[in-house]
Amino acid sequence: MTRKMTRRDFAAMAASSLLAMTMLGRPAAAAISPSDAQGLVQALVDDIFRVIESGRSESAILKDFDGLFAKYADVEIIARQVLGADSRRATPAQMRAFTDAFRGYIARKYGKRFREFIGGRIDVQSAAKVKSFHEVRTMAHLKGEAPFEVKFLVSDKSGRPRFFNMLIEGVNLMLTETAEIGARLDQRRGDIDALIRDLRTMG
Amino acid sequence: MQHFHSRFSATLRPVSRLLIALPLVALVAACTPGTPGPDGVFDPYEQANRSRHASSLRVDQAVVKPVSDTYGTVVPRPVRRGVSNFASNLDLPGIVVNDVLQFKVENAVHNTWRFAINSTIGVAGLFDVAGSMGLPERDNDFGRTLHAWGAPEGAYLVLPVLGPSTERDFAGKVVDFIINPTRYLLESPESYYGTGAKVLKKLGDRHQYSDVLDSVIYQSADSYGQARMLYLQNRRFELGIDVSDQYIDPYEVSR
Repeated sequence: MTRKMTRRDFAAMAASSLLAMTMLGRPAAAAISPSDAQGLVQALVDDIFRVIESGRSESAILKDFDGLFAKYADVEIIARQVLGADSRRATPAQMRAFTDAFRGYIARKYGKRFREFIGGRIDVQSAAKVKSFHEVRTMAHLKGEAPFEVKFLVSDKSGRPRFFNMLIEGVNLMLTETAEIGARLDQRRGDIDALIRDLRTMG
Repeated sequence: MQHFHSRFSATLRPVSRLLIALPLVALVAACTPGTPGPDGVFDPYEQANRSRHASSLRVDQAVVKPVSDTYGTVVPRPVRRGVSNFASNLDLPGIVVNDVLQFKVENAVHNTWRFAINSTIGVAGLFDVAGSMGLPERDNDFGRTLHAWGAPEGAYLVLPVLGPSTERDFAGKVVDFIINPTRYLLESPESYYGTGAKVLKKLGDRHQYSDVLDSVIYQSADSYGQARMLYLQNRRFELGIDVSDQYIDPYEVSR
C-alpha cells in the first residue's frame, strides 16, 4: 500500500465502492430489523461454541475469540467510548494502538472463562428496538449453574450490523470498562501510551 | 435427619420471629437519605468502605484464597457440587418465605417443589434433581422484599467478610438470618452441618471464580470502584429494575 495511488486506481476504487454500496451496503437511514440483529447474535453464539468445542489450546482459543470480537463487535466505537473525553486528545496512531490493545484485553478477559461454557449453551431468545439500536436477549445455560441472561446491543451505524455493548446479568460491559480504563489512565497520570502498554499484558 | 419440634411451634416460630424482626427492619431500613448520582452510585461512606474493601482483599490473599484453592484441589468437583447443593437447599424455605411476602405465588410454589424434590429424591439436597427436571433455582431474599415494599436502596456499604452491599440489602441479610425457617427446624449438630456447608460453598465459589476475581479485582486499577459497579448493576438487575432507558448510544454521543 505504499505505492502512490494513480488517478485510474482511484476511479476504479470509487466505482467499485459505489457498486458495493448499492449491492450490499444499505444507506445509513435504512436501519436493520430486530430479526437481523438477532441473526447476528445467533451467528456470533454459533461461532463462539464452534471455537469452545474445538478442543484447542487456551492460547489458540483466546486468539480465535480476538478474531470473533473483531468480526462481530464494533470495536472502534467501543474503544472510543471507553476512552471517553481522552479519545479527543489521542492521535490517530494512538487511537489505532489503543483500539488494538483494548480488543486483545477484552478477548482475553472474557474469553478466559470459556471453560465454564463447555457443555453448556446460549439460547438467543428475542430482539427489540431500543433508541436507535436493538437489544438482543439471550439465556446462558451453563453446567451446574442457574440460567442467566446476557444481552447484546446491536447497531448498524458503522455500516454493517455489529454489537457495541453487552450486559451479563445486568452488568454493563461498556460502563464497567469505561470506569476501569478511566481509573487506569488516572493511575498513569493521563499517559495514553502507558495505558496501551498496560492493556497489552492485561486480561 | 431433621428433628422437628412440635409441629405447632415449628410452623409458628418463623412467623413470630418475623413479627419480632419487623421493628428491626424499620430501624435498619431507615437508610441514609440521598439518591444515586448520574453514575448510579450513592456512596457517602466511601472512605470507611474503601478501608474495609482493602482489608477484605488482604484477608482473601492471606487466608481465603489459599484455603479455597486447597479445598478446590483436594475435594473432587462432584463432591463440592453436592456440598454446595446441600447448602443452597437449606436456604429454600427462607426463599419461599420471601416469595410469599412479595406475593410471588408462582415462585413460592416453584421453590416449595424444589425443596420437596431435592430434600427427598435429591438425598437431603445433595443433588439438584429439581433443576434437571426443569425447576431451576429462583433466588429471593429479604432485601428484595424490602425493595418490593418500597424501601429505598440507601447508601452503598462494604461489609466486613460479606463484601459489597447496600443499607437495604444489609437490613435484608439481618432479617433473612433471623427468619430463616431451617434454623428453627434443625437442632445441633445438624444445624452446624448447614453452616459448615455454607462456608464450604463460599470457598468452592472462590475457587471456581478465581480467574474472574484475578482479572476483575486483582488486575484492576480501582478494584473498589469495579466491585461497587458490578454489585450495584447486578443487584438492580436482580430486582428487575429496567435500565434500558439509561443505555448510552455511542453513535449519538460521538457524532
